[in-house]
Amino acid sequence: MSQASVTAAGRLAGHGEAAHAHHHPTSLGIPNQKLATWLFIASESMFFASLITTYMVFRYRSVVGPHPDEVVNIPLTTVSTFILLMSSLTMALGVSAAHRGEMRAVGKYLALTILGGLGFLVIQFYEWWHLAHDFGLTWRTNIFGSVFYILTGFHKAHVIFGMLWLSVIAISSFRGTLRKEHAVNVDVAGLYWHFVDVVWIVIFTLVFLLTEAGV
Amino acid sequence: MATITVERSFWQALPKPKAESGFWSWVTTVDHKRIGILYFWTSIVFFLIGGVEALLMRLQLAGPNQTIIGPDLFNQLFTMHATTMIFLAIMPLTASFFNYFIPLLIGARDVAFPKLNAFSYWMFLLGGIFLNSSWFLGGPSDAGWFGYPNYSLKEYNPGLGVDFWIIGLLLTGIGTLVSGFNFIVTILNMRAPGMSLMRLPMFAWTTMVTSFLIVFSFPVITVALLLSLFDRLFGTLLFDIFAGSDLTVYHHLFWVFGHPEVYIIVLPAMGIVSEILPVFSRKPLFGYSVMVFSTMLIGFVGFGVWSHHLFTVGMGPVVNTVFALATMIIAVPTGIKMFNWIGTLYGGRIRFTAAMMYALGFLALFLIGGLTGVMLSAAPSNAQIHHTYFVVGHFHYVMIGGALFSLIAAIHYWGPKMFGRMLDERLGKIGFWTLFVGFNMTFFPMNILGVLGMPRRIYTYAAGMGFETWNAISTVGALIMGLSILITLYNLLTSLRRGEPAPADPWDGRTLEWTIPSPVPEYNFARIPHVSSRDELWVRKHPQLAHGAVAETAAAEEAPEEAIVMPGGSYMPLLVALGLFVGSYGLLYYMPVFWGGIAVSLLGLVGWALEGDNLRIVRPGGSH
Ligand SMILES: [Cu+2]
Repeated sequence: MSQASVTAAGRLAGHGEAAHAHHHPTSLGIPNQKLATWLFIASESMFFASLITTYMVFRYRSVVGPHPDEVVNIPLTTVSTFILLMSSLTMALGVSAAHRGEMRAVGKYLALTILGGLGFLVIQFYEWWHLAHDFGLTWRTNIFGSVFYILTGFHKAHVIFGMLWLSVIAISSFRGTLRKEHAVNVDVAGLYWHFVDVVWIVIFTLVFLLTEAGV
Repeated sequence: MATITVERSFWQALPKPKAESGFWSWVTTVDHKRIGILYFWTSIVFFLIGGVEALLMRLQLAGPNQTIIGPDLFNQLFTMHATTMIFLAIMPLTASFFNYFIPLLIGARDVAFPKLNAFSYWMFLLGGIFLNSSWFLGGPSDAGWFGYPNYSLKEYNPGLGVDFWIIGLLLTGIGTLVSGFNFIVTILNMRAPGMSLMRLPMFAWTTMVTSFLIVFSFPVITVALLLSLFDRLFGTLLFDIFAGSDLTVYHHLFWVFGHPEVYIIVLPAMGIVSEILPVFSRKPLFGYSVMVFSTMLIGFVGFGVWSHHLFTVGMGPVVNTVFALATMIIAVPTGIKMFNWIGTLYGGRIRFTAAMMYALGFLALFLIGGLTGVMLSAAPSNAQIHHTYFVVGHFHYVMIGGALFSLIAAIHYWGPKMFGRMLDERLGKIGFWTLFVGFNMTFFPMNILGVLGMPRRIYTYAAGMGFETWNAISTVGALIMGLSILITLYNLLTSLRRGEPAPADPWDGRTLEWTIPSPVPEYNFARIPHVSSRDELWVRKHPQLAHGAVAETAAAEEAPEEAIVMPGGSYMPLLVALGLFVGSYGLLYYMPVFWGGIAVSLLGLVGWALEGDNLRIVRPGGSH
């Protein structure tokens, strides 16, 4: 069978991964990557829903302290929440730059987004250190500690993964290899980043604000 | 416009697999058909392992007070038998048919994400190997396929068995989840022109609903498994009752996954039967749209019934009643399907091929599985029989009578398309009757034993309680089942070598996979079909049924393409999977290996994203 490798995508009827060089109409009109990312987000929502539910059931069941209402730090967490939300803004600007075809600008906005993620993480890790150091709360102290560190830890892991993902795109933007037809890749990374932010808003409300309000 | 500047980054300059045959072509393949065949044989190997585990348990239970297998090994056997059969045999065998046939049924050249598809397979294979390697590394888990804490905690279950079980399930779970995304996108987005959603073959519908169930339920068991893994590895206190835990949290998380899992296994089986019955009745599927909506209804309600596994933990009468009623409601869409299948048969010109006989066997046996399920759904009677062999009988009527019968039907029906050879019909029918007789001998007595009060998950029983005869019959039945599986396997292996070459359309079929040669060429369709009917091929063969629609669409179809661009292979899916696989051993033995594995996987992911397309041009029609 004769074969040759080609550098530009040819007529590959409806091919997802290969199609980013040359968009083929899909049955629904939505790019495959975007549809898959929405499904991924649906699945991740179930993941965090399960974790958050577990947190809500376990948070006041510890037989020894400290308990949630003794340790939450609203001002500090509000600052980190604000930073993370601002990183969603720069992410949105990056996506819009990609749609306008300004592929070099994408990298700048993504770098700002990554910086926002970094700021959030620094404050959050400081808070972990603060809880462990000043309250003696580790994930082996009591059941609240276990479920608190695991829930916020999985969220942090998602932020870190998002930062790595955005770095790959940002680097290719700076190197000039990010082209117009890659806009959908920026799009789906943006969807993921916004999702991680939304999850944090839920965590912030349930883990921090509700506790402060005494619920 | 200037010519295309070919900038080759470091990643794009990496070597790409070029082999078209031999070992490396299979290791690096992204072709959905080859991946389907890999799933096929791998799941059969795991199926045989699970079957041997079952036979060992049946031998132990053949008579009272036997000591062929001690209690410890017995507990490991029922844990590994269930885990292997569910996650490594039945689900991947259905995945094999998803892989091979979904693109063919919807008129596509591959799935939406071919590389992700390969990754799914490698996660399944390596996860299965990881799980089973625990037999040689200190013994597997004995905590049941549900792995409830606190029995699964380090304190009560030292050793690495449970860790192997948890991580093995997480590894295969990643693969399953990814294939869930892949098949939803494929079915929604890769349909041939004219293949509207309401023209999709039923198997494509059930695959899509199954994939949605996977997408929504697998993350929940992931959380349950991760939480107990943290307790075991890092000493967290999530399921430590002395620290104030509530173990029912794990129960709920597990069954929020566990009940939809039943439909993840059974819905594809229903889809297969819905393909086979019309072909061998020479009639369209009765009540197609009702079938579609009852499939969705089963998927939807299936998420709201999980607590029927927890009737005896003390949820109270109101909650128990709600979940009992919700469970009974599922019998309605299932019953609708049953009547639609009977309606399909009614007045048809039925051909009793081996595939058809297995499909009819499904109807009869799944009915028993469904009815015993309704009996279990009533909370008061559930309290009496929930930990007895009645439950074992019930779910084997669903898992074997339902899923396995339809999967073997699919082997006989679709095997010729996959392997290019016809299976022996006479051996197929012998296989059917031995399985049918052996199966009912094995599992019907279990329903009776359950009502008599024989508890499940007990390695032996005393004489004189009325259990002996039924257990002896059951064990003989199990041996007959084992014989039947060997006959089917012999049929498959010999037919692959000596069977008659399969024509494109051996069964007078109705759907698109029968329009192309057997085995299927690499590019599937030389030209992408235009679809004008639910039973597209049938209408093409009988144009008077179509009222001219075929002539229109045939004219709209393009001429066969001279050069088709197909995705070439990649090393990256296997590399990412291997990183996770090796890293998992590191997690249990030596942490640096864990971090090394994660690093390899991340590098593999970057390479995956940046290596570019390894496209190749295939020319259909002779001019090789
Ligand atoms: Cu159930």
